[in-house]
Amino acid sequence: MSTRPIATTRAVTGIPTGRLAVWWIIASEIVIFGGVLGSYIMHRLGHPEWAHQSIHTNTWAGAFNTLVLLTSSLCAVLAHQAAEEGDGKKAARFLYLTVLGGLTFLTVKGFEWRSEIHHGYTLTSNTFWSFYYMAAGLHGLHVIAGMVLMLFVAADARQGRELQRVENVGLYWHFVDIVWIFLFPLLYIAK
Amino acid sequence: MRETTESPQHSHEDQPQTHHERPGFFRRYFWSTDHKIIGFQYLFTGMAMALVGGFTVYAFRMQLAFPGQSVPGWGRVTASDYNALVTTHGSVMIFWVAMPVLIAALGNYLIPLMIGCDDMVFPRINRLSYQLFLISALVLLGSFLVQGGAFGGAWTSYPPLSAKPQYNLTPAGASLWLGAVALEFVAFLLGGINFVTTVMNSRAPGMKMFDIPIVVWMIIIASILFMASVGPLVAGAVMLLFDQLAGTGFFDPAKGGDPVLWQHLFWFFGHPEVYVVMLPAFGIVAEVLTVFSRKKLFAYKTVLYTAVGTGVLSFFVWAHHQFIAGIDPRMANIFSLTTLLISIPVAEMMFVYIATLYGGSIRLATPMLWAIAFIAEFLLGGVTGIFLGSAGSDIYFHDTYFVLAHFHYTFFPIAFISVFAALTHWFPKMYGRLMSETFGKVHFWGTIIPFNFIFIPLFFLGARGDHRRIYDYSNFPDSMRAGMQDLRVLATLSLVVLLAFQVVFLINYFYSIFFGPKAPENPWRANTLEWVAPSPPPHGNFPEGLPNVYRGPYEYSHPDRVEDFWPQNEAG
Repeated sequence: MSTRPIATTRAVTGIPTGRLAVWWIIASEIVIFGGVLGSYIMHRLGHPEWAHQSIHTNTWAGAFNTLVLLTSSLCAVLAHQAAEEGDGKKAARFLYLTVLGGLTFLTVKGFEWRSEIHHGYTLTSNTFWSFYYMAAGLHGLHVIAGMVLMLFVAADARQGRELQRVENVGLYWHFVDIVWIFLFPLLYIAK
Repeated sequence: MRETTESPQHSHEDQPQTHHERPGFFRRYFWSTDHKIIGFQYLFTGMAMALVGGFTVYAFRMQLAFPGQSVPGWGRVTASDYNALVTTHGSVMIFWVAMPVLIAALGNYLIPLMIGCDDMVFPRINRLSYQLFLISALVLLGSFLVQGGAFGGAWTSYPPLSAKPQYNLTPAGASLWLGAVALEFVAFLLGGINFVTTVMNSRAPGMKMFDIPIVVWMIIIASILFMASVGPLVAGAVMLLFDQLAGTGFFDPAKGGDPVLWQHLFWFFGHPEVYVVMLPAFGIVAEVLTVFSRKKLFAYKTVLYTAVGTGVLSFFVWAHHQFIAGIDPRMANIFSLTTLLISIPVAEMMFVYIATLYGGSIRLATPMLWAIAFIAEFLLGGVTGIFLGSAGSDIYFHDTYFVLAHFHYTFFPIAFISVFAALTHWFPKMYGRLMSETFGKVHFWGTIIPFNFIFIPLFFLGARGDHRRIYDYSNFPDSMRAGMQDLRVLATLSLVVLLAFQVVFLINYFYSIFFGPKAPENPWRANTLEWVAPSPPPHGNFPEGLPNVYRGPYEYSHPDRVEDFWPQNEAG
């Protein structure tokens, strides 16, 4: 495994293979979240009374988290820019900031869930809350996965290795961000 | 990789190595990143799972033919055994035989060779994909050992049967089944992304879009279909797992959920899935037909566009599985229409293949027999589908053996007939030896004849109203009218004959791997790039350098040439 296969070095389409694969991963993830959100929307249309449940979500916490994720995406873009300029150390610093954004997001989410469970709105209370925890939980897992990947990429980037991965992991992070942009209004705001 | 001295594999690594660069046995066959080895891993795992699928169908068919009697090799089949056997047969044959063999094994083996490349673009992700797949298979088989036994809620896993332990009586088996299926999906998503990026980015210089062999195109279209359709089912699997383990009610009307939602999520995947396995089968048949009729594929681009059209249409037909699930009759009309529409592109492909045969110099070698049989048998499957696609007649036929026979007339050609065509066609390339033609033909007739004797009786039983989810028909006078039990016995005995003839194949296959006559590089005088590589291809595939491509894959019997074939890599 010391010599890389020639296959891994070609790019007939002109798009680097890594980036191409990330786009395909995102495509397959879109349909997963599409299934979750589609099911939720169909249920929601049939159950107008769920509005009485969704007022118990903490819209301000959700709004703050949206801001946090958008800011972290900005850091991912700045990391990409630094990587384009060949500055691996700077790229790694911005990636760490992005991870910090993810961490803040999860912490806020943790406090939110704690208070909601404390008030008796649990996973099994009714189907609205089941969707609420399931969809946000699935999204949370993607946030964690993105953070772990970014730590690995940042460790390489600090030493100036595999700089093209900064962009790829950033693409994935933007996708995670966009999923939240859909979840936030659907779960928190829609009344 | 795995070189810790405490590891139990240590003994393998320690064995004296005759060749310097050659990795140890374990690294070569179990931890390899070579696409050919991974293809073989998928193939042999798929074959082993096919034996499991074949054994389960033997056990429950024996119960149906001879209810209550002890089945040799299993014992008395209880009602819960029966459920577990039927469920395992369906799940194994689709998820652990058809998918891994048609897409993963042949895709892995053929794609880099046919596009003139030395490996996949992500070799290590490829290895991970197989390992996840293997774990998923072991989880599924392991579920036979847990309390309550393997899951018994059918491969479609409809709630509330699958969601509530008090209904399915297999609390652990149900969740393990779901986990195994989900894990298997992850494995195939990784594999599919690898296939698509490899073909997009690593084709041989000169290979343009329309120089790609049809079978590669089909595997790619199938991988994209899979990626685009499996998401909702993954979402549904998460919800069902919550329903099973956490007590939520996504599919429970008492808690504000909806059981039909599962059917939508399942069939939104389940119907494109039919085409996910069908398209590679059509691809294999295209390769074999052109080689053995020495003719250019009739209308290459038409095949390609119809395949894409079939793929797109396949996302709009899923509710024809739910005509009796209480969906709106207006919706049933729409889905009847789309279902009948999808038979047009598939029929077009059949006509194109028959046109390819017309006027060719046909040689009826074993792979060609399988390819022609595929067209004939799949045709019967397609024609009987029309009765089920129309809501009016489906309401009568739904959940009868007619549906089951129709399904098997499509899936058996896909998962076995086309696979036998592929295995016999590419055998010389895979192992550098030839299989026995005599044994091949014995196996062919010993499979095709009993196959029809299994499922034609089931069509008749279904038309007479035989419901498919019954464990012992002797309790139902309507199902024991004159001759009905005889048809069941006929189907079961034919199945036993069919299974017995598979031994011929296994002997032929494994004997020929080691002792068959040596095969030259290009025994079938075919054009595509895999035949340029030595047989079997070494690590890196093309020792004389990766090929350049000058023309399409099907230039047979070109008028300007003495030879009746024109390899893709031959300049001028």
